[in-house]
Amino acid sequence: MSSVTPRPFLEVKDLTVRFETDDGIVQAVTESNFSLEAGKTLGIVGESGSGKSVTSLALLGLHRTRSNAKVSGQIWLDDQELVTASDQDVRALRGGKMSMIFQDPLSAMHPYYTVGAQIVEAYRVHNPKVSKKAARERAIDMLARVGIPQPSRRFNDYAHQFSGGMRQRAMIAMALVNDPKLLIADEPTTALDVTVQAQILDLIRDLQQEFHSAVIMITHDLGVVAELADDVLVMYGGKIIERGAAVDLFQRPQHPYTWGLLGSMPRLDREVRDRLTPVKGSPPSLINLPSGCAFHPRCPYAGRNGDRSFTDTPVLTGGAHAVACHLPAEERAKIFKEEVAPNL
Amino acid sequence: MSENLLEVTGLQKHFPITKGLFKRQVGAVRAVDGIDLNVVAGETLGVVGESGCGKSTAGRLFTRILEPTGGKIVFEGEDITHKSVTQMRPLRRDVQMIFQDPYSSLNPRHTIGTIISAPLQIQKIPTPQGLKKAVQELLELVGLNPEHYNRYPHEFSGGQRQRIGIARALALRPKLIIADEPVSALDVSIQAQVVNLLEDLQSEFDLTYVFIAHDLSVVRHISDRVAVMYLGKVMEIAHRDDLYKNPRHPYTVALMSAVPVPDPVRRDSAQRGRVLLTGDVPSPINPPSGCRFRTRCWKAQDICATEEPPLVQRLDDPDSHLTACHFPVVDDEAVAGRAPAATPA
Repeated sequence: MSSVTPRPFLEVKDLTVRFETDDGIVQAVTESNFSLEAGKTLGIVGESGSGKSVTSLALLGLHRTRSNAKVSGQIWLDDQELVTASDQDVRALRGGKMSMIFQDPLSAMHPYYTVGAQIVEAYRVHNPKVSKKAARERAIDMLARVGIPQPSRRFNDYAHQFSGGMRQRAMIAMALVNDPKLLIADEPTTALDVTVQAQILDLIRDLQQEFHSAVIMITHDLGVVAELADDVLVMYGGKIIERGAAVDLFQRPQHPYTWGLLGSMPRLDREVRDRLTPVKGSPPSLINLPSGCAFHPRCPYAGRNGDRSFTDTPVLTGGAHAVACHLPAEERAKIFKEEVAPNL
Repeated sequence: MSENLLEVTGLQKHFPITKGLFKRQVGAVRAVDGIDLNVVAGETLGVVGESGCGKSTAGRLFTRILEPTGGKIVFEGEDITHKSVTQMRPLRRDVQMIFQDPYSSLNPRHTIGTIISAPLQIQKIPTPQGLKKAVQELLELVGLNPEHYNRYPHEFSGGQRQRIGIARALALRPKLIIADEPVSALDVSIQAQVVNLLEDLQSEFDLTYVFIAHDLSVVRHISDRVAVMYLGKVMEIAHRDDLYKNPRHPYTVALMSAVPVPDPVRRDSAQRGRVLLTGDVPSPINPPSGCRFRTRCWKAQDICATEEPPLVQRLDDPDSHLTACHFPVVDDEAVAGRAPAATPA
């Protein structure tokens, strides 16, 4: 990077996360590179075990307490490096400048404290000089902002007294109480019904516009990504295999795995297909990743150009719309046009 | 083939709420509260609805895992509403179930050989080539390695476990399979594999499915007819294409418009056309009077609070398309800011 270009709001360079376990080393995330500007939304898509949640936990520094976790690389948030920062510095950021919405609000919230008390606590940790009364007002204001009716009454309720959608709203209120500049949402709507999901996605979109925060949306649902994201990362076996603007990625997907994801998904906005076109096989073990391209055992095109897929790991290349695949770009474009697109 | 394999009339299941030392009944959760439907031999009937709408309870009533509170279930012309466990046993050959959670529905202490052969042993089905061979054939049928019959469930991935559950359901060569959210716990790419497998097995063995799920796109893909449930009632039932092209019930319209469209280009028009339901599903302990959806419906009028709309043919729909609504949505109706339906690309 030249000295003239300012660093993006969030820049992740060569992020690698490994866990040492009794069974071997889990390569959860390998050399991840991406960036995100304020006010934009980045979608991270992948199946279970693709490394998407581990990436987000690494951003928040939540692997620090686990002695078996090894995090390397650089994470730059607003010109501050986080991987090597002190625990104290990261703690000051966590819940303040960056915060997270978890998938399951019932287990992410404390069952013994009222929802209000937990929001007050999150606020006062970062604003110790604020009086309890002011913090309470702030919390009630946040509950009202996320659309919880009768916020001053619900302030005193416990998490189990909220419905699923309301609980997720309360968690969003807690995550936003300190006006975070980076909001990470890890499968925020997976546990919710579609009608409630639509409400929550709307809420996240509105709040983002209001606060001008950067949002990372982690999900397995390509529909949710298409609704919210400006840019998308597709992860497989701990690696980013495709990265690009949402519009490009959905219109001209490059990686055979992305094709497989799109082909697996029945869509309401298209005519019914006779047959879905799934990816064969199942996701790899992160302890014992396949050699070469981690996707080669499931890829219908592996081995088309000699043995490279089995021996060399493809590198993510291609500028704005980058892909990690050994197939030459022209051949990929041809396969997509002739074999894949007609079946989507 | 158009004979009814399963006929359900006025089916109810109320779970009592008890209080105090003597378990006095103080109320009831009306999980299923009067549903009428039929399942035609050879078809797939999809049942959709949000959590708590009673779709799983309905599935468990059809298989008589639960005893109905009221109504009638007729399977192949035989009334099975109140049959005892022993009386039901011969019928279990014909009606099987696939469960949602492939982790808790397989006994972790049994090998998959034991799990899949259990139905054969309980029903004392003769296996001329031996039990092991029968199990291996079933494993092969669902795309698993027949050599693995000695392994335990924990050695398999989620998708493979669901295949084991399917093999167990197939062991008795049933006529009807009730699949309760069979793919919702699986990753997208695995979901599609299992959906394809279910379709292949259906054409190979002439199976009839009741496919219960919350995912409207998967249900549309696999079903011939679809029933939409809300708070223990069927709101709308129709052939797939009729339902998805001309949804009549405001709830169906809202449900469909809430599904995210995987196309960023159409993001804005999809969002503008969305019918956002406010609030939550009311409690099934004390459902709203009249039409149950009226508390969240933008078309509700006075009559909706007093008179429950019957599930009948409305407007100029085909006679297979039934809607329980006083004010069904007409074609091209501008619904609360909804743009005209998106045309398929």
